[in-house]
Amino acid sequence: MFFKMLLGALSRQKRKHLMIAFTVGLGVSLATAMLGVMFDVGDKVNQELKSYGANLSVIPKGASILSDLYRFQDEGQTNGESGSAGTSRAGSPIGANDPSGSSASSSSSSSAGSNQAGAADVANNFIPESELYKIKMIFWAYNIVDFAPYLSIDGFVGETSVPLTGTWFNKHLSLPTGDEVDTGMTGLKSWWVLDGPPGDDSEPNEVLVGKEAAQKLNLTKGSQFTISLKPGGEGMTFTVKTIFESGGEDDGKIFASLAPVQELADRKGLVQRVEVSALTTPENELARRAAQNPGSLTRLEWDTWYCTAYISSIAYQIEEILPMVRVKAILRVAQSEGAILEKTQLMIILLTVLTLICSALAISNLVTANVMERSVEIGLMKALGATGLGISVLVLSEILIASFVGGLAGYLVGLALSQLIGLSVFGSHVAIKLVVIPIGVLMVLLVSLLGSLPALRALLRLKPTEVLHGR
Amino acid sequence: MSQQSSNILEIVDISKIYGPVKALQNVSLYVRPGEWLAIMGPSGSGKTTLMNIIGCLDSPSLGRVVLDGLSLDSLSAAELTTIRRESIGLIFQQFHLISYLTALENVMVAQYYHSLVDEKEALEALEQVGLADRAKHLPRQLSGGEQQRVCIARALINHPKLLLADEPTGNLDETNEGLVMDILHSLHRQGGTIIVVTHSPEVAAHAERTVVLEHGRVASDSKLGAQEKIFDQASQGVEGLEGTKSAKEADSPIVEKAGGIG
Ligand SMILES: Nc1ncnc2c1ncn2[C@@H]1O[C@H](COP(=O)(O)OP(=O)(O)OP(=O)(O)O)[C@@H](O)[C@H]1O
Ligand SMILES: [Mg+2]
Repeated sequence: MFFKMLLGALSRQKRKHLMIAFTVGLGVSLATAMLGVMFDVGDKVNQELKSYGANLSVIPKGASILSDLYRFQDEGQTNGESGSAGTSRAGSPIGANDPSGSSASSSSSSSAGSNQAGAADVANNFIPESELYKIKMIFWAYNIVDFAPYLSIDGFVGETSVPLTGTWFNKHLSLPTGDEVDTGMTGLKSWWVLDGPPGDDSEPNEVLVGKEAAQKLNLTKGSQFTISLKPGGEGMTFTVKTIFESGGEDDGKIFASLAPVQELADRKGLVQRVEVSALTTPENELARRAAQNPGSLTRLEWDTWYCTAYISSIAYQIEEILPMVRVKAILRVAQSEGAILEKTQLMIILLTVLTLICSALAISNLVTANVMERSVEIGLMKALGATGLGISVLVLSEILIASFVGGLAGYLVGLALSQLIGLSVFGSHVAIKLVVIPIGVLMVLLVSLLGSLPALRALLRLKPTEVLHGR
Repeated sequence: MSQQSSNILEIVDISKIYGPVKALQNVSLYVRPGEWLAIMGPSGSGKTTLMNIIGCLDSPSLGRVVLDGLSLDSLSAAELTTIRRESIGLIFQQFHLISYLTALENVMVAQYYHSLVDEKEALEALEQVGLADRAKHLPRQLSGGEQQRVCIARALINHPKLLLADEPTGNLDETNEGLVMDILHSLHRQGGTIIVVTHSPEVAAHAERTVVLEHGRVASDSKLGAQEKIFDQASQGVEGLEGTKSAKEADSPIVEKAGGIG
């Protein structure tokens, strides 16, 4: 009979219960979306911060002037053109004297122009691979955890354009000091999720393909493809060794060993950029002053700065040993991102709590209205011998069922919403975190039970004599 | 109080006081099993208040009530609920059916809160009030008269010792009033004890005894003829003082055996 009454109340008073379900659903969907984004993006950034990641970016002096511009263009365009576009536009500082030449080379960005770049361009815009070992020979050499060079080109698989980057996966270096060093991207990008073995420089025909690139090109593990500099042109054939997920823009790229990419781009022995991961001492006043203007330091201060593993002193030492480069610290960006992230997370939690409080208030109104409306029915049940507890259980069951239906719908909507936020704000899918489910169940319980409390109090206090005789 | 056993209800000198309002003042009333009693009186005279007290929905401020040999003095609301569940059937002027349950389910709710649900028995109860074919209808699909008959079926389903009806025909037309009175008559024939509050002399005429309340006091009792005699009754015990009771007397032995209605 209990279930008959429950079913009757639920099915024949659909609108009221739908309102409750809708309210809970709204709250839960917002909370799910926000928590989902929070957990996932938090994880991604934290992983990057925890696994040292790169905190120094080494670029050629010539490229450094325009590198920010390139980066903007890279990120603005879906098929990042940092490779050959960078190569051809590398001429622009020179080309500024010759506007027609510069515009011609940048419009025909793909490949041909780059091959005609002069020796000065090459010297200004590339770093010789053979010099890179020196990074491991600076004063703070032992603080250099990993480093890897990159050479990117804008390749074509059939008609589809895709960025191809050459790098060291696991390079073995024998230093003049007699030290043996293993370094490369595998250690640098330790948070990448691989579905197979990591890249290996001894198998130059095997590549790592980002998840999105693999989708775009229809590639799976083991499939072969030919990549060329021109659509449909002749090129090099690679085998997909592993598909990876980085959670960032690298997902749209293909990573190969350096040598074949150098060959394809006709840039033997050259790299465009090096990422370095170094253990550093947190910045202090001295480090900040040194970073702004090393000349302002006294001799003693300068010595102290140079002999401390500040990120700026390590950058300085790399520039010392590799005169053709500029070194930029990128940790500070990451750190402030971390700080912003923490604040954003706090804000999300606050917003979630506020959302829940609002839901609870709305539920409280709905349930109270519901109980008031049903006061005669409740009085009647009491007159027929029902206990306050029995009626409370009935009313609560109704509300909980409506709430959980709403909560489930809200959860699904919230998942969709979090994907939308992830894609539009962070440019990547948000992983579905299962932790959100128990949190959601708890939220629904809390919100609907707290929301029902005032109504239950009224229900228990209600005297049948006050409602049954229609005064 | 040796007569306790022969009265199903004894109300002794009760008052109900709401602040300045004395809804009931020193009311005494004795009802025998199988009796059909009508309570009349102007609006605000305390009829509903009295019914609530008899129906264990409320307690008097002063005085005592004994229902079927059981004193209701100083019982908690929960204990009153138990007694109400076991002994009382309630019918209201506004019907009060649960809107989202069918006629049959509305009857079964009373079974559910009383003891066990028995769909067959509930259906029989509806049959007795002539509504077998309306069992699956929701209250809003039933006419007022039909709704009231569902209420009667619900009130009778647990075989109460006492049926209390507060203006059961107040919202009905004459035809439906007739139908309801027919049901009450057949219940009365089976020995049921009935108390009906009504404004209508026609409805009251169906009862074998009429008590009139005024300003919270018993103004007249057709069984006694005058108010003072109530106290005589209390001291002398109850035995037939009026000629009208020959029919009732014939009924009572059956009731005593049945111990309840229907
Ligand atoms: N809960 C209450 N609080 C205060 N006063 C009350 C309460 N219940 C009833 N009364 C008062 O008690 C008196 C009797 O009320 P009651 O409802 O018993 O009258 P009634 O005879 O049933 O009237 P009617 O014929 O209109 O139904 C009225 O004056 C009423 O205002
Ligand atoms: Mg009344």
